[in-house]
Amino acid sequence: MVNEINYLDMYYQMVQIRRMEEKAAELYQQGKIGGFLHLYIGQEAVSTGLISARLPQDRVITAYRDHGVALNCGLAMKEILAELLGKATGVSGGRGGSMHMADPSKNFWGGHAIVGSHLPIAAGLALGDLYKKKDSVTICMFGEGATNIGYFHEALNLSKVWNLQVLWVCENNKYGMGTQVNKASAVTEIRQKAEGYGIPNERVDGMDIMAVRKSSIEALMQVRSGKGPYLLEIMTYRFRGHSMGDPERYRTNDEIKKWEEDDPIGNFRKYLMREKISTEKQLLEIENKAEDDVAESVRFAENSPEPKIEELFKNTYFTD
Amino acid sequence: MERISMREAISRALWEEMERDSDVFIMGEEVGLWGGTYAVTKGFYDHFGEERVRDTPIAESVIVGAAIGAALTGLRPIAEIMTINFAFSAMDHIVNEAAKLHYMFNGQFVLPLVIRTVSGGGRQLGATHSQTPDAIFAHFPGLKVVAPGSPEDAKGLLKSAIRSNDPIMFIEHATMYQVRGEVPDGDYTTPIGVSKICRKGKDLTIISYSKGLELSLNAADELIKDGIDAEIVDLRTLRPLDMGPVIESFKKTNRAVIVEEGWKSFGVGAEISSRIYEEAFDYVDAPIIRVAQKEVPLPYNRNLEQAALPQIKDIIIAAKEVLNG
Repeated sequence: MVNEINYLDMYYQMVQIRRMEEKAAELYQQGKIGGFLHLYIGQEAVSTGLISARLPQDRVITAYRDHGVALNCGLAMKEILAELLGKATGVSGGRGGSMHMADPSKNFWGGHAIVGSHLPIAAGLALGDLYKKKDSVTICMFGEGATNIGYFHEALNLSKVWNLQVLWVCENNKYGMGTQVNKASAVTEIRQKAEGYGIPNERVDGMDIMAVRKSSIEALMQVRSGKGPYLLEIMTYRFRGHSMGDPERYRTNDEIKKWEEDDPIGNFRKYLMREKISTEKQLLEIENKAEDDVAESVRFAENSPEPKIEELFKNTYFTD
Repeated sequence: MERISMREAISRALWEEMERDSDVFIMGEEVGLWGGTYAVTKGFYDHFGEERVRDTPIAESVIVGAAIGAALTGLRPIAEIMTINFAFSAMDHIVNEAAKLHYMFNGQFVLPLVIRTVSGGGRQLGATHSQTPDAIFAHFPGLKVVAPGSPEDAKGLLKSAIRSNDPIMFIEHATMYQVRGEVPDGDYTTPIGVSKICRKGKDLTIISYSKGLELSLNAADELIKDGIDAEIVDLRTLRPLDMGPVIESFKKTNRAVIVEEGWKSFGVGAEISSRIYEEAFDYVDAPIIRVAQKEVPLPYNRNLEQAALPQIKDIIIAAKEVLNG
């Protein structure tokens, strides 16, 4: 079973992410967003292409660069922005912030901020489905920087030993914060690490959403067929810093410029027109709609109430 | 009532809960074919099968991490960490994930998770395998920490823990599996977060839990021969901490000794004595005394090890001192 492709919706989601993140950067600079802010700009094709291929029963779990993934999973933009502003109407009620967004009802399991820490949890989500004999795949996204910590290895190992239905998705954006992959990882081709665990794998161009979607569909089908876990290494690039406080001394403007010419949104736009899937007018309408969404969501977030101080302790425990 | 060992009490709690609820399962190192390194899950593998009694790799992060994930899907995993010393390898998942997910995502995530583990020294296992770091785990809001001191409580508290929707560290003591005690017949639970006066007395209050409780009860038997009548409070749960019976007893005796097996610095005794000073300062007749482990990594040699661990005689000396204070 495969999801029908909806080109225009995929384009819409990518543009929504881009516009939302640009706005978030602005709000951060205005001091309206606290803490850290990690933007997804440049990597939109990865999450959008990947999640376009999932079935409703498939779980998604990711790291701290999670706003775009949240949007792809169907979380409302206004609730994502409200969370960034720390409001009671935010996806995590203002308790989580940028790095901790989730909505299990949309099968989006967070938003985990300790590097690599969510990989064992992903194995556990898949274990739950195995236990209940469900036809679900857990899609676990992480950066290439997370493949150097023990959690990655413990989780991949267990997923293979127990034949868990996990699709491991490494978003290789070449830098773990400011450290280049070759300075941090024994192999720069991350998919090779899957080889050590007998996990089939593939490297994909993450600036081409159609390639991401195609590989994701195939990988999900293979995992769902009971053949065990699979690893996709998706090559991508973040156009912005690691977070808003990034001095960016580790890469050159030329390098960034070169990658910006390979913009996943621009690439998909050209593809849609070249293949005559949509007209420029349609795409412009989508782009305008995304801008309107952002404006409306910001209004909602700014007008939303702060969490109540008297609810400070709420949800510390399920049972008090 | 039946008189059974701590091991039997814990084993029965697990067995009965697994029979009662098919969502309960066990995962950990050597829990299956081996039957558990303390033989607590002996016979489980044959009865419940490998799906529900899962042998894992020696990889504590993924044991706890995967148990968290399984709990999020609605199952009730019991993750066994062979000894609490190895829980440090899973510390991130215990404190950064399990303790925080329910709160941080505004109640959207529910974790019916039990982490069963074994604390304590006294078996000549050397410094890395003999620690009693229970207080460390009690530091984190969002986590519950239970440490029973009798077979009756072990069974009742473990059943409560398995039925709870909160993440719980269930800490057993390595030298208490043979301890025997009366256990009620049939199905019963013991509430988490409720301390208990388990020996009535009038001269001083001894506050303890787990192995310290065993030592304190023995010390009280000696003290009474000298005409000193100690009241004993068993904390049973370190977080959430129920100070009710402690304060109630202290207001009567006005003197307290706190006994724990872990190190004194930043420990359970430090917490309890502070709370007594905060909540019942007007009732203090003598400085509160803490009996705890000497501040060294626990040595292998039997005499050295016992010299570092709190002993019954230390409690007796402390009790007499607090009465003279």
